[in-house]
Amino acid sequence: MSDVVASFLAATIRTAVPLALAAFGELIVERAGVINIGLEGAILAGAFGALVGASTGSVGIGFAAAICAGLLMAAVFALCVIGLRTDQIIAGTALTLLSVGATGTLYRTMFGSSGAALGIPTSALLAIPGLSSIPVIGAALFAQPPITYVAYLVAPILAWWFSRTHAGLALRAVGERPEAAEAAGIAVDRARVLAILVGGALGGLAGGTLVLAQAGTFVEGMSAGRGFIAIAIVVLGRWTPLGVAGGALLFGAASALQFAFQAMGWNAPYQLFLVAPYLLTLAALAGAVGRARAPGALGKALERRQ
Amino acid sequence: MLTRQPRLRAVLGEATRVSVLLASIAGLSALLLVAGGYHVGAGLDALWYGSVGSWYAFTSATLVRAIPLMFTGLAVAVAFRAGVFNIGAEGQLLAGAAAATAIALVVPRVGGPALLVVGLALLAAAVAGAVWAAIAAVLRARFGVLEVISTIMLNFVALYGVSYLVRGPLQEPTRVYPQSPTILDTLHLPRIAGAGRLHVGLLLGMALAVIGGWIFRHTAAGFRLIAVGENPSAAASAGGIDVVRTTTRAFMASGALAGLAGGVEVLGVTFALYDNISPGYGYTAIAVALLAGLDPWRVMLTAVLFGGLEAGAGAMQRDAGVPSSLVSVIEALLILTIVAAQARRLRKVHAPDVTFLDVRDR
Repeated sequence: MSDVVASFLAATIRTAVPLALAAFGELIVERAGVINIGLEGAILAGAFGALVGASTGSVGIGFAAAICAGLLMAAVFALCVIGLRTDQIIAGTALTLLSVGATGTLYRTMFGSSGAALGIPTSALLAIPGLSSIPVIGAALFAQPPITYVAYLVAPILAWWFSRTHAGLALRAVGERPEAAEAAGIAVDRARVLAILVGGALGGLAGGTLVLAQAGTFVEGMSAGRGFIAIAIVVLGRWTPLGVAGGALLFGAASALQFAFQAMGWNAPYQLFLVAPYLLTLAALAGAVGRARAPGALGKALERRQ
Repeated sequence: MLTRQPRLRAVLGEATRVSVLLASIAGLSALLLVAGGYHVGAGLDALWYGSVGSWYAFTSATLVRAIPLMFTGLAVAVAFRAGVFNIGAEGQLLAGAAAATAIALVVPRVGGPALLVVGLALLAAAVAGAVWAAIAAVLRARFGVLEVISTIMLNFVALYGVSYLVRGPLQEPTRVYPQSPTILDTLHLPRIAGAGRLHVGLLLGMALAVIGGWIFRHTAAGFRLIAVGENPSAAASAGGIDVVRTTTRAFMASGALAGLAGGVEVLGVTFALYDNISPGYGYTAIAVALLAGLDPWRVMLTAVLFGGLEAGAGAMQRDAGVPSSLVSVIEALLILTIVAAQARRLRKVHAPDVTFLDVRDR
């Protein structure tokens, strides 16, 4: 029985980490008053970037390339919504479409249409001495790829940054009352561009995690809606770092149930398990939205009086 | 002469816009082909003969693909006009395809004239699409759930739903292939004489586009829909319009149109249900509708344009080895260019204060 619990926990963490990284990125962007529906595109770009980077033989270069790919998508998004003041939702949707098309085209151009499995190095597990030998939960939580520990650290750091630093408070002001923030001397557009870039980098890192720490290869469209689920997690987590971490774990647990059920020999159409995260997203949004309050200026461009 | 001049100018303006658009698509494709290291001549050649190079290519490839794009493009246009960001046309199309397949397979066992069965199947497709959209509409109206997220989630649910159906209740009797049985020949939509595989779905789509444009221009319902889309709070306070009812109806009408796309595709082209029945028509529809300026009449043109692009991309992949996903890149860049140009034009008049994020009708 403890085997089942341990593998359930491990599967929960494994699924939650990329979701959490992407959701932390989106949290920063939304706290600055911008909604980036193109997060899905950043994750996919990050996944492809990781493949290209890691084909040099280095996992580190893979992660770096994943971050760069996410940054690139975010830069295009920032150019559109901050520079050109396009509708954020439409720009984000177009960017996801762009990423699907570009990664698909590049993948087949660079690696052939057969899509043969590629041998790329993957992230090795790093067991933390002491902690990893705790019974039942030890191996599940503390014998993970290093990126998992990065994700563990992001939530408390973000929570501290948002509430205790000048920059964090300024970013929140930009998201709540951009006109007032500007009057107080904060460069609203610059803050938003920075937030979008950091969000894109985290999205890219999430995609890199999928390839380098989980699948070990790239598949076209492998982000599979995780960007949109991450946006739902931000709502579910009520725009707080710890809430977002909890939301990601909840989704991880829901996905992990499929392995647990299979392990127990529960017989049901496999599509039911595959569809569970999407149904859960719908239910969570319906339950969470009414009680949470979004940043005041979410989705609105800063208006300049001429 | 005096009265005709503005019209002439309008026609010329439209012609200029279309030529600029076609030129930019060709230029963009050439650029991407160069970037990908492909043979540009061979690629563009395939794009041409695969789409409009012959009567057969134009009717059986371009126009056949334009039909689902026309229905889904209309669906997106209706929703966006009302300020509803329905990007669930893909899922609604799949729901419609599944419902039409089920009716076309089950009802003939009971009997009845073919025309009636076809009508029932199309009706079921529209209803299924509307119901699929209604889930997101209720989530928006009742709980304020952003329809962008909910419709995308429902797209995935529909995808796995079809995957289940073609391996479960609707699977063909030998249970080998993941697809439904083929529907009876008598239930196929009639083909248009002398036009290859082109079927009458085109006429149905054009009729709906004409009616849709007329509703937008000349009816109270159309006026309400546009008023709510432009400024929901003004429509409610100054116009006394029931915003929730208007957006919900527009959402469901949008779903019905997308559902019809699926029904027409099953009865006119595929004759069976299977995975990947739609190569992303519901997503391309966003480009179709935006390029048409959300005007149903223009959707007829942009649907043919994108139908040609998809058909040409198929030929490029077959004959020049260029991945067909290149088309998604072109579509995305077109969307970004269009919305950037629109934002620029809008900024000259006034800063937009309504975004698709506003769920003010709660």
